[in-house]
Amino acid sequence: MTRAFDIAVVGGGIVGLAVARGLAGRGLGVAILDEGDVARRASRGNFALVWVQSKGLGMARYGAWTTGSAALWPGFAAALRAETGQDVSLAQPGGYSLCLSEEELDRRRAAMMRMHNQPGWEPIPWEVQDHDRIARAMPGLGRDVVGGVFCPLDGHVNSLRLFRALHASALARGATYLPDHPVRDIAPLPGGGFRITTAQGEIEAGRIVLAAGLGNAALAPMVGLTAPVRPQRGQVLVTERTAPFLPHPVATLRQTDEGSVMIGDSKEENPVDEAVGPGVLAAMARRAARMFPVLGGLNIVRSWGALRVMSRDGFPVYDESETAPGAFLVTCHSGVTLAAAHSEVLAPMIAGGGLEDSVAAFSARRFDVPSAA
Amino acid sequence: MFRRLHEGATPLPFTFEGEAVEGREGDSVAAALLALGHDATRETGVSGAPRGPYCMMGVCFDCLVMIDGVGNRQACLVPLRAGMEVRRQRGRRKAGA
Repeated sequence: MTRAFDIAVVGGGIVGLAVARGLAGRGLGVAILDEGDVARRASRGNFALVWVQSKGLGMARYGAWTTGSAALWPGFAAALRAETGQDVSLAQPGGYSLCLSEEELDRRRAAMMRMHNQPGWEPIPWEVQDHDRIARAMPGLGRDVVGGVFCPLDGHVNSLRLFRALHASALARGATYLPDHPVRDIAPLPGGGFRITTAQGEIEAGRIVLAAGLGNAALAPMVGLTAPVRPQRGQVLVTERTAPFLPHPVATLRQTDEGSVMIGDSKEENPVDEAVGPGVLAAMARRAARMFPVLGGLNIVRSWGALRVMSRDGFPVYDESETAPGAFLVTCHSGVTLAAAHSEVLAPMIAGGGLEDSVAAFSARRFDVPSAA
Repeated sequence: MFRRLHEGATPLPFTFEGEAVEGREGDSVAAALLALGHDATRETGVSGAPRGPYCMMGVCFDCLVMIDGVGNRQACLVPLRAGMEVRRQRGRRKAGA
């Protein structure tokens, strides 16, 4: 017998679960179709920043969307705790990007100014700080750090606990989690709705949300959408747990609530897999130890690679199919930062009348521009 | 709880929590502590729960101790030497110490 749901969310990572939780909170019968443990699962490899300062150069709306999500995060974290008992350890003490040369700092400052001079930009607080100023807030700062950008809106969470809390919250709200259900085919039905063929049989749903990360590229055309996403590899180093000594997260390194320091700033195009390599890891470790020399004496206990889900311009894609009404696409590479917006703003739109003008800028139609000859 | 298979090896004096004790030539620090009857040799960095050597092959990180002032050493991977000052790892190591 074919199981039927009001709405199916394809993808059980942080993005899919955040949307599914929001939909279930609106009283819809939600199925979460998850590929299973063989999935690429960016949600298990991410860096866990709730990050604002670098978001939006090239699309002003993305800056405001990110800032809005960061502002929703305290209430979102409190709601997750109330619903699931999980403390996702949200801290938003403000964060830094640190520069190891004057040239790097000049480039960073110029990028910030270009971002803030864009039409339609909604201002956020930020400032360039010199070495001494940063060293007062971050004792142990290396002499090689010439300065950096501080933004008081930046923060971080424990993203594995976030993953677990989203899962528990979606289930508590009545969603049905179906693991080992990779989707093979999606067929829009003549009278509306969709028949979804999975590795474990067929499922029918009135509406469908594609939130399958890199998997969206293959799924979107089945419902008349396009998801131009590519993998970009990031590698992460993790140190042994130590007593707290980094009071603020840095774009490329942060101390977790449990004491480990995560180091990760690689952006590698055209990866063949998630493998880690000593060349990139060594470069990351050297930069980190120049920023905070005390890191040089710590043991590295783990490293991993994961694949970011990057669109052509790096911004999220939210779309609603014109040819198959009721089919939606949700994809981005900042699933942690945007989890609050996905759950509390985007999901209610999908549950209601459809995507609103406030997210129109994120349609993949922005890529439909003929390239110059 | 543990009994040595070979009692003949040369004794090595060291200290555990400031107390003069003895291991044997060829012991790892973890083996020496277990042979002395210490099955809880650290307090975890998250909950403070007592833990001790478990896997004895460098994987579980439950045998962490402070050796000669350096924290978070894996006792199962460090050969015991005469005169070592070994202490429990209490909570998280302090970076730089």
